[in-house]
Amino acid sequence: MKPRELLVHAVLIIALIFALYPILWVVALAFSDVVTPQASAFPAPTNPSFAHFTAVLGRVDGEGRWLFARQLMSSLLVSVSTALVAIVIATPAAYALSRFTFVGKEFSVKSLLATQMFPGIAAAVPLYLLLDALGLLDTLSGLVLVYATSAVPFALFQLRGAFDSIPKELEEAAMVDGATRFGAFVRVVLPAARPALAITALFAFMSAWNEFALAATFLTREEHYTLPILLQSYASEHSANMGHFAAGAILVSLPVMALFYVLQRQLIHGLTAGGVKG
Amino acid sequence: MLSRIPIHTRAVLMSVLAALLACFVLMPRGEAQESAVVVHLWHAYGESEGHGLEAAVRGFEQTRPDVDVVVTAIPFGAYASKLEVAIPSGHGPDAFIDAHDRLATYVQAHVIAPFGALPSETLADFAAPQVEALQWDSQNYGVPLNAKSLVLFVNRSLGDPDVFTTLESFEAWHRDGIVPLAWEVESTYGSAALFHAYGAHFLDAEGHYALNSPEGAEALQHLSLLPQGGTVPEESSGELVRNLFRSGHALAAVSGPWLAPDLTEIDFAVRPLPHVEAANGAPLVPFATIEAFFLSARGSESGRGNEAQRSEALRALGLYLASTEGARTRLNEGGHIVATRSAWSEASPAWQRACRDAAADALPMPTHPNMSRVFGPTDRAIRKVLRGEMDAETALTEARHRFDDETRALPEERSPTFAFVFVSSLLALIVFALAKQVSSPEQRIAIKRSMPAYAWVLHAFVIVLVLVVFPLFVGAITSFYAGHGRDLHYVGTANYEDILSARGGSLFASGSFYVVLGVTVLWTVVNVVLHVGIGVLLALLLSRPLLHFKTAYRVLLVLPWAVPSYVTALAWRGMFHRQFGAVNAILALFNVEPVSWFAQFSTAFTANVTTNVWLGFPFMMVVTLGALTSIPKDLYEAAEVDGATPFEQFRFITMPMLAPALLPAVLMGAVWTFNMFNVVFLVSAGEPDGTTEILVSEAYRWAFTRGQQTGYAAAYAVLIFGLLFLFSRWSLPKRAKATHPTKAAT
Repeated sequence: MKPRELLVHAVLIIALIFALYPILWVVALAFSDVVTPQASAFPAPTNPSFAHFTAVLGRVDGEGRWLFARQLMSSLLVSVSTALVAIVIATPAAYALSRFTFVGKEFSVKSLLATQMFPGIAAAVPLYLLLDALGLLDTLSGLVLVYATSAVPFALFQLRGAFDSIPKELEEAAMVDGATRFGAFVRVVLPAARPALAITALFAFMSAWNEFALAATFLTREEHYTLPILLQSYASEHSANMGHFAAGAILVSLPVMALFYVLQRQLIHGLTAGGVKG
Repeated sequence: MLSRIPIHTRAVLMSVLAALLACFVLMPRGEAQESAVVVHLWHAYGESEGHGLEAAVRGFEQTRPDVDVVVTAIPFGAYASKLEVAIPSGHGPDAFIDAHDRLATYVQAHVIAPFGALPSETLADFAAPQVEALQWDSQNYGVPLNAKSLVLFVNRSLGDPDVFTTLESFEAWHRDGIVPLAWEVESTYGSAALFHAYGAHFLDAEGHYALNSPEGAEALQHLSLLPQGGTVPEESSGELVRNLFRSGHALAAVSGPWLAPDLTEIDFAVRPLPHVEAANGAPLVPFATIEAFFLSARGSESGRGNEAQRSEALRALGLYLASTEGARTRLNEGGHIVATRSAWSEASPAWQRACRDAAADALPMPTHPNMSRVFGPTDRAIRKVLRGEMDAETALTEARHRFDDETRALPEERSPTFAFVFVSSLLALIVFALAKQVSSPEQRIAIKRSMPAYAWVLHAFVIVLVLVVFPLFVGAITSFYAGHGRDLHYVGTANYEDILSARGGSLFASGSFYVVLGVTVLWTVVNVVLHVGIGVLLALLLSRPLLHFKTAYRVLLVLPWAVPSYVTALAWRGMFHRQFGAVNAILALFNVEPVSWFAQFSTAFTANVTTNVWLGFPFMMVVTLGALTSIPKDLYEAAEVDGATPFEQFRFITMPMLAPALLPAVLMGAVWTFNMFNVVFLVSAGEPDGTTEILVSEAYRWAFTRGQQTGYAAAYAVLIFGLLFLFSRWSLPKRAKATHPTKAAT
């Protein structure tokens, strides 16, 4: 290897250590039976055991129901629905923003961008009252709507950028061949935008999958709880159990890590289609 | 039939249908109507205590088959705010279990209803102070269930519990690698016992701050010597106390009954807190919290069955849980330290009885609503003295000023007439302008031409308007109101005047809007520069064509993105611990003295930035990787032919091609960082002395810990919005030119 190559690997390895070091501490904590507070530079579990994992996975409620499985189902339902709702609502609108000019377009885009600058805590209570009026408090569909408030604007911007980067000539050719606008959209534009759609869905999924504060405010039935609420209950003030917390954190992160692995190519091409102009 | 509908309208219809379908599938099935009275009970217990409560509730249901109790565990962190949001709007439980110290706050926020006087045979079963703690405005509000306080846990294999009866005996004890007393002295709750031992009080009878007394200063002076002398660990937290004692690295611990279930491998004894010779031999007196059964103030809803029957059932449930039988079940099944005296017998483990006795001797925390605002200022004073920045007296005087400022009278109600006239004339003007525009013939044609496009965007427009714009608009309106929780009155622009005038203090004092804004801007700039710098550097390295292990590097480097940010923020916080943190352990390998990361602004800020850079660089790296793939290869080939050096290629090809693609991501990243609440709140928590606070976390504190001044927090949010909006107006025109070169050309 040439020295320059070695230097490249050295920089990447330093970055890798920086990226993985805290995660290794979480892993060490999750596998430690009893945590011994000791100043140590190397994340190694003390008295390695699976006790925290079995405790988190095996938790049951007062009536003997398997909580982890139920909350995993809730989390999956909510996160997948959020991704679907965001894509379904945002895709046609983002296409229109990319291709058509219409009265009020500039204003709408600017206002949408402006809403992203408002700190979310200002809207929590009004949102609660709104869901109350719709009768959706304490339901998973209500929570999906809450997540949609951030997922839909993000998807609109992301997909609008993706459509911008797909040449108009593609669908114009299809329309010359007799396809309708909608037909061209479905058969030509959507397939070309597949990486961006996958990544937009992934982000919507992730935002719902990892969210705690809103879920804890809007859900009150234990069988509806999503996994982050379960996780947070291990970090409560008095009976904190950081071992359980770390084990739960790893279990919650695994599906997202798997998705990242599967979608790694789309991640690179889908994310930036928005900004890039070839 | 369907085919007659224009095809894009069909697309819209289909998508709305799909969304509705998704909602419908997720809708819960309605609960079956039952003849029994169904009552909902909330609690915030952890696993084992929760089981104890459920067992007692099952016992109640056996004695009352006509009542069905639904028990729900709420995560501790969200408990109080959830009760305060849900109950006043007619939701939430019929009854709940909570500590007594929030009683007055709950009464003011219309969260709880009076319970009514307790029967005399029940009263006789409790210590009088534990019943009195549930009174407010000469009404009884609850049934006492448990009493908890801090106690002394002693590890028998390290020392005889009966020898260590004074604080001084711990100060004199030394053994390498073992802490004499694991005690969270940094927190007001933990150190209250020492203040009480010296005869200091937190609040006087009128609810004013009273810790700035000679006794308070003396206690704080003594407190500051404990970590310095190695008697208690530095930067302690509940978690650290637990781990030190549990792993046999502490002779004794000051903690509560919640510690015991974890101590399976330690031979321990529980004793009352030691005496303090320096305070004339007075004992350390901790705060007691009384967990009680409260009735929610939830209004009666139509169709919820017989109200009289329900309220009778609820009272019976509360009294059963506190009865000998109910309390014994909770004690035996869940380890509750029950307040019911007749439930106890000699058969209970000695440590539980010791906890009960300690709680009976402890001082019930004052119920005054101002008590919750004592903690913030006092925590800051304690930490300042522990860091040696200030003497005890000055620090406590400062705490008093801070307390007075946070509890000062709300701005007076103003007449909304002017605002009403102003807003309605503004609205009229807008409507008039719009109508004039629409009526012009060119506009009409333009709108007609826009119709097909509207069919594609209408549903998204409506949904964003209802779900995003409307709640934000209502939130912004709140900024013209003042009050606590939902008790609001109109005050015009008073909140803005207060914020922009730094509440009448110096504009450059810590905590003033302008100083916090400066920190926020610095925070945003440093983070974005590092995100982009590291992200672009790594992407450039990863895009080298012949790099080995490329995929492995790429997959592993995005992992920080996949872990929930509140988990890693807590992990980083632990790594920056002075005594036990990994960062100082690494520095020690290079012979660097340990750093107190949260003691100075510069290091605390560095800790926050490190965490946030770690969270954010993968995003910029991935964005750059994508942008690099779209730079045509032939440009580099041409440059090479022309003899350009690698640096020149970077300077004249990569950079100019990359910049427009990165700009939107950088802008978005700047907005996210500006409002990045999690990291600041969880890593430095504003330390030292609130200097690392950013605007969003400051807004959060006003909204949740400083008496729920919702309107004041909303004014902060509107100011943040205004600043970011101006920033985007200033940077967007450049972006539009930069990102749409093709559009500009055509």
